[in-house]
Amino acid sequence: MAGEKTRVAVHKFSSCDGCQLAFLNMGEALLTLFEQVDIVHFAEAGPVDPTAVVDISFVEGSLSTAADLQRIRAIRANSGFLVTIGACATAGGLQALRNVADQDDWVASVYATPDTISLLDKVTPINAQVKVDLEIHGCPVNTRQLTAALRSLLAGVTPVDEQDKLCLECKRRHHVCVMVTQGMPCMGPVTRTGCGALCPGVGRDCYGCYGAAENVNVSSLGGHFSTLQLDPAQTSHRLVSFNSADPAFSPGLAAGVKQND
Amino acid sequence: MTEQRDIRIRVPVLARVEGEGALHLTISNHRIEALQLNIYEPPRLFEKLLEGREYHEVPDMVARICGICPVAYQMSAVTALEQIFAMQASPRVQAMRRVFYCGEWIQSHALHIHLLAAPDFLGFDSAPAMARDYPDEVRRGLRLQALGNRLIALLGARSVHPVGACVGGFHHAPGPAETEALVAELEQALPEAAALIAWVAALDLPDDRQDFCSVALRHEHEYPMMQGRLVSDQGLDIAIEDYEQHFTEHQVPHSTALHATLEGEPYLVGPLARVNLNSDRLPDSTLAILAQAGIHFPSANMFHSIVARAAEIHFAISEAIRLLKSSAEPGFTQTAVTPRAGTGYGCTEAPRGVLWHRYSTDAKGNIRGARIVPPTSQNQGRIEQDIAASLLAFGLDRPEDALRLRAETVIRNYDPCISCATHFLKLKVDRH
Repeated sequence: MAGEKTRVAVHKFSSCDGCQLAFLNMGEALLTLFEQVDIVHFAEAGPVDPTAVVDISFVEGSLSTAADLQRIRAIRANSGFLVTIGACATAGGLQALRNVADQDDWVASVYATPDTISLLDKVTPINAQVKVDLEIHGCPVNTRQLTAALRSLLAGVTPVDEQDKLCLECKRRHHVCVMVTQGMPCMGPVTRTGCGALCPGVGRDCYGCYGAAENVNVSSLGGHFSTLQLDPAQTSHRLVSFNSADPAFSPGLAAGVKQND
Repeated sequence: MTEQRDIRIRVPVLARVEGEGALHLTISNHRIEALQLNIYEPPRLFEKLLEGREYHEVPDMVARICGICPVAYQMSAVTALEQIFAMQASPRVQAMRRVFYCGEWIQSHALHIHLLAAPDFLGFDSAPAMARDYPDEVRRGLRLQALGNRLIALLGARSVHPVGACVGGFHHAPGPAETEALVAELEQALPEAAALIAWVAALDLPDDRQDFCSVALRHEHEYPMMQGRLVSDQGLDIAIEDYEQHFTEHQVPHSTALHATLEGEPYLVGPLARVNLNSDRLPDSTLAILAQAGIHFPSANMFHSIVARAAEIHFAISEAIRLLKSSAEPGFTQTAVTPRAGTGYGCTEAPRGVLWHRYSTDAKGNIRGARIVPPTSQNQGRIEQDIAASLLAFGLDRPEDALRLRAETVIRNYDPCISCATHFLKLKVDRH
């Protein structure tokens, strides 16, 4: 791409916009970003060209309508490298909780004329519909993660997939373990690193917003939670929340079903 | 005699708003025939997914309604739940929460002024484009935004979906060294905020006075943020618990969103409504800068919203300095919670305006029902009313591009937060 700037797009589906903010919250570095790459579509920041052909697309949000499916296929076709950012795009997000509920009942109870709402049966992450080249996890992702991935891509290097357990990062920061010392039901042993071990840093248990780490033993953690007096529904809620469509956390669904039976 | 002219204006993707929306406007024979602000952000049914959850999960879940104002969602939720549990936050916790909230006003308003709104008034399509001609002003704005984010992170560890707040208070208190360092930064930023007020007041803002009803919280002696009664400039003065007796949300056939109305009429929430109703609660230092800039509140010019945002940034920085300096007393930041069954109400002033929550719980504190009314849902009716009035005042015979830009400018002036799709309806998707 010598002589020409890398073309970048930022797309949004169903989400809170918090992951795009990892760009908009860069401070003065935001201006440097706009100088270094050619941002051709990023509606919240100004540029609008949703069907542009680009080198890299960052995609926020999960898919919940038929129009979403058409749009993501077009984005895939127009993108050299597709990066999903955040829990919604990579693991469904909180709104994917409706996948395990009585949706018609939910919609009817919120809206006066539910017929006007057309939603797909399931909320899905981007990788359920198209090939994804890199997934950046977190609810929300932060500026450090996005900058690291973009810098690697601009340098022609494969970005590092951060998939360690949070516990490792927590130890490196010398935080006192909140599970061992205070009996809190910390999700650190199964949660992906990247946030900076923020929750143990303020004296609370990790609640799993970065999704599953690699090679996790969720059943074992669930067993330990039962010794901390959590009932199956509580354990289920710990697992099935911000990243509820992540298959690694699916044992949490079984626990929830058992409880409801 | 002017000839008949039919214009169809379609803006399939609204730029520089939070969330995804579109505008469809049809002008026929010098009259606005159809006007739709389409929201195609799909509903996320947040109120339902809270049901069955434990009370302590609520602050982290409702934060995800909006990445740009998570503090507001957390604060409306914790105050509602504490009301159910008959708890009174300690003065220290109240002060810390106000500082936390100041951080959100500073970052959200600075983002809106510089990245979303100001390019309209200076003829650019984005802040980075504007930065070529106004580098110092854009950089000042981005610094203020970053400062607001650091203030949120002081209490919440991160600025988007912060993790520090809980029912009962905070998980953690910031140390004296980091607090002092941030106070020093806030003090340095105060003159920048003063300069920002003068800068936005000097922008070439349209002078379009309209009749509208402002609604905001009002407190006995503070500028409103987390406490007070709901008042309007047309005589409303109610406890937040009585909201549902006066305000209703309903579907409008031509609209994509639930519209909230006050006694059947559209109304305004947000910074301009707050300043219109509470300018006597602003500190003298902020008022003096406004007076010098020649802007007087209450104002009927909707485009004074940007000045109101700048004034609130100056206020929030002053307020955070005052509170951080005076609440140095160490000690507990969290009150033990004894859950019980009941119904509670929380109403706080999100950057975009009144954010009203109601929860009911069972005896264990598990959520049995929730209702959340975000500010943008309340402003929907007012925005459509404003687009119609503004375009008539602007002149419907203007070129199509000018009409489109004016309509978009009007929408962006409200800082609509379409992502708060707890409630928004999807009517039709037309992307071409």
